[in-house]
Amino acid sequence: MLNITWFVLVAVIFVGYFFLEGFDYGVGMLLPFMGRTDHERRVVLTTIGPFWDGNEVWLIAAGGAIFAAFPDWYASMLSGFYLAIFLLLGGLILRGVSIEFRSRMEGLRWRRWWDTLFFIGSILPPLIWGVALANLVKGIPINAQGNYVGTLLQLLNPFALVGGLTVVAVFILHGAAFLMLRTTGELYERAKHVAFKVAPAVIGVFFIFILMMYYQTDVVRRLGLDPGPVPVLAWLSILGAGIFVRRGHDKWAFVSSGLAIVLGTASMFLAMFPDVMISSLNPRWSLTIYNASSNPYSLKVMTIMAVVMLPIIVAYQAWSYWIFRRRLTDNMKLEY
Amino acid sequence: MTSVGLARLQFGGTLLFHFLFVPLTIGLGILIAVLETFYVRTKSPAYKTAVKFWMKIYLVNFAVGVVTGIIQEFQFGTNWSEFSRYVGDIFGAPLAIEVLMAFFLESTFLGIWIFGWDYLSPRVHLLSIWLTSLASLVSAFWILTANSFMQEPVGYLVRNGRAEMVNFFALLGNPQLWLEFPHTVFGAMALSSFFMAAISAYHLLRHTHDDVFEPSYRLAVASAMIFSVLVFILGHEQAQHLIVAQPMKMAASEALWHTSPLHAPWTLIGWIDVARHSTPLVLQIPDMLSILAYNRLSGRVTGIMELNHLYQQKFGMGSYVPPVNPTFWSFRVMIFVGTSMMLIALYGGYLMWRRKRPRWFLVMMEWTLILPYMATTSGWLMTEVGRQPWIVFGLMLTAKANSPLVSIAELWTTVIAFGIVYLSVGVAVVYLFVHIIHAGPQSEQGQDVGDKPPAQLFVPTQERHAEGTGDPVIPDLS
Repeated sequence: MLNITWFVLVAVIFVGYFFLEGFDYGVGMLLPFMGRTDHERRVVLTTIGPFWDGNEVWLIAAGGAIFAAFPDWYASMLSGFYLAIFLLLGGLILRGVSIEFRSRMEGLRWRRWWDTLFFIGSILPPLIWGVALANLVKGIPINAQGNYVGTLLQLLNPFALVGGLTVVAVFILHGAAFLMLRTTGELYERAKHVAFKVAPAVIGVFFIFILMMYYQTDVVRRLGLDPGPVPVLAWLSILGAGIFVRRGHDKWAFVSSGLAIVLGTASMFLAMFPDVMISSLNPRWSLTIYNASSNPYSLKVMTIMAVVMLPIIVAYQAWSYWIFRRRLTDNMKLEY
Repeated sequence: MTSVGLARLQFGGTLLFHFLFVPLTIGLGILIAVLETFYVRTKSPAYKTAVKFWMKIYLVNFAVGVVTGIIQEFQFGTNWSEFSRYVGDIFGAPLAIEVLMAFFLESTFLGIWIFGWDYLSPRVHLLSIWLTSLASLVSAFWILTANSFMQEPVGYLVRNGRAEMVNFFALLGNPQLWLEFPHTVFGAMALSSFFMAAISAYHLLRHTHDDVFEPSYRLAVASAMIFSVLVFILGHEQAQHLIVAQPMKMAASEALWHTSPLHAPWTLIGWIDVARHSTPLVLQIPDMLSILAYNRLSGRVTGIMELNHLYQQKFGMGSYVPPVNPTFWSFRVMIFVGTSMMLIALYGGYLMWRRKRPRWFLVMMEWTLILPYMATTSGWLMTEVGRQPWIVFGLMLTAKANSPLVSIAELWTTVIAFGIVYLSVGVAVVYLFVHIIHAGPQSEQGQDVGDKPPAQLFVPTQERHAEGTGDPVIPDLS
């Protein structure tokens, strides 16, 4: 029971991470296209300014939760995806320092340089997470000790690459929808134009990914909880987001792209359950929520902590969004 | 180099780089919170200017502390998968709790603090910086709970082929934690106080903004005085605890090859011959080691060879001797530097009490900036190198803890790539610090351009014009 609780908690934390950092990454990927002058780029960065740091903690929380509740999963996943994880961490370094450093100097060349790094740092994490999640669902060659025995190239199979593209695409749309809620005037129009243009491509690539998921993985054959219609619902949400953008329902467009992320993440976890690392070599070597977990006492301690802390965290993060709910206008004080 | 060697190089490098930034985050946050409290109480604009100036340094520093901290957490899995499998059951918990209790609070309220000047009442704004600083302390507590477990494992039982948590409260009551946590926090406060004092001294010497840096300097010297003494006392307590908990680390940090005589002398400096297990050239203070260890003139301290023999009987054949030279010298650097910091701070406090501020003292203060960084770095070196060959003392050897199937090529790739990243980020930070410090509090042009109608200021032609020469300078109107 506790094992299932923790699997659900890890999924919930990942949902929080992808939903919140999803638009942060999207805004970062759109930065070169949205902001034509330095001032505009600063406004674009300020839309996520008060939030991005708190949003990124959801990723650290996901890491911490897996470490504490499923140490074997933590060890196998991170050492197995070794170079990919370091590339992800490199992206996070670039992002974190560039947003903070860029406006501390006046030179435009300095700022351009950090903006480019911010763009790279925003595109790497979604790409890597897409590849990683697709591989997790599909299964990777891990041996009886839970160690990855494949190569880096084996992780870059077509299904995984489509997964990477899908996450990037969805986050771009999610970021554009977020910008439509936070900006006015010229920037608002530009965000809307971007959302309008990318929506068909996002819907298309998402559809291919869902299709491949049913055919490429053995989710249907395996004994686990079948994801059933959830991936389809996720796709319908992203379709809905595209339609809402066209109809001019900005808030609903953001809700829909968010819902697509929630349901997409949920379908990945449903497809894995009750495994957490699927071995493509021998099903008996797969890590499950039972053989990879901490002992019941440890899980109990962590459950109490999580049940007490998570509602408080959600409450004060929601409050911070409430404080900065006003749209950014041109004559506002900017920090970045 | 072996896989373990490379994994250690990477982990140690990340840890030391990370810890260049962490103490300033902890300490400067609290000092800024105190300054903002003064501002809210007195409404004096000089305090607000001071807060806004220190905030710029704090934010640059904070960003690097955060990103290197993320790497620190994930490295347990990437490079030390066997460690994660063996102790993750008990070791993962404090890390996860750190995120839940500290990181969310810290980063959310930092965002509120940075952007909230015009959105919140002064009191709520003040609360947000206090919560951010408090969260850094909570974060230090939990990560040091995890580190203390590596120094002195408690609350576990070895079953199912791993160390499982059986008593969470034993982790919290770890005696090592209650020495290590205050020692680290006091050290962080001392470092930040010296940092603030050094930069205030720089501006006071040039009389650029005396109204802003006068209060900062006084606060910093007072706090440096308190915390450099406290960190010294806690360091002494910690050394005494080492005699009981990790005698080998103590013996290595003293290069004490054989058990000391009843009146143990303390080696001030010495030449260590590792191959012959001797320390031929030494300068010693009689009885001092007995005083350090037991607070009295007599008392034996067990030597390296005797302890090694004991451990061989207990854990099987092998060498349980840590690298003696690094442990010995990092301990010496920490003690000498820490003592000088304490003396400088006490003298600074005395001068402040006599209402004197001689020029030579301010000049010296500028140069003391390097000292606390030497002390904290050597402190971590001593504590982590001195624990070797154990990754968890008495429970797991470092050589058996790394990821078995991560190749040497992969390790070299990440060691080199991240070495370059750390160096570049380090250079950028120093460059920015120098720029921010030199520019002083009044230069907010990078920050407040939005106060002007942007349509006139930032048209593309002007953007090209401004390239390389920097944006037009706009005085701070707020």
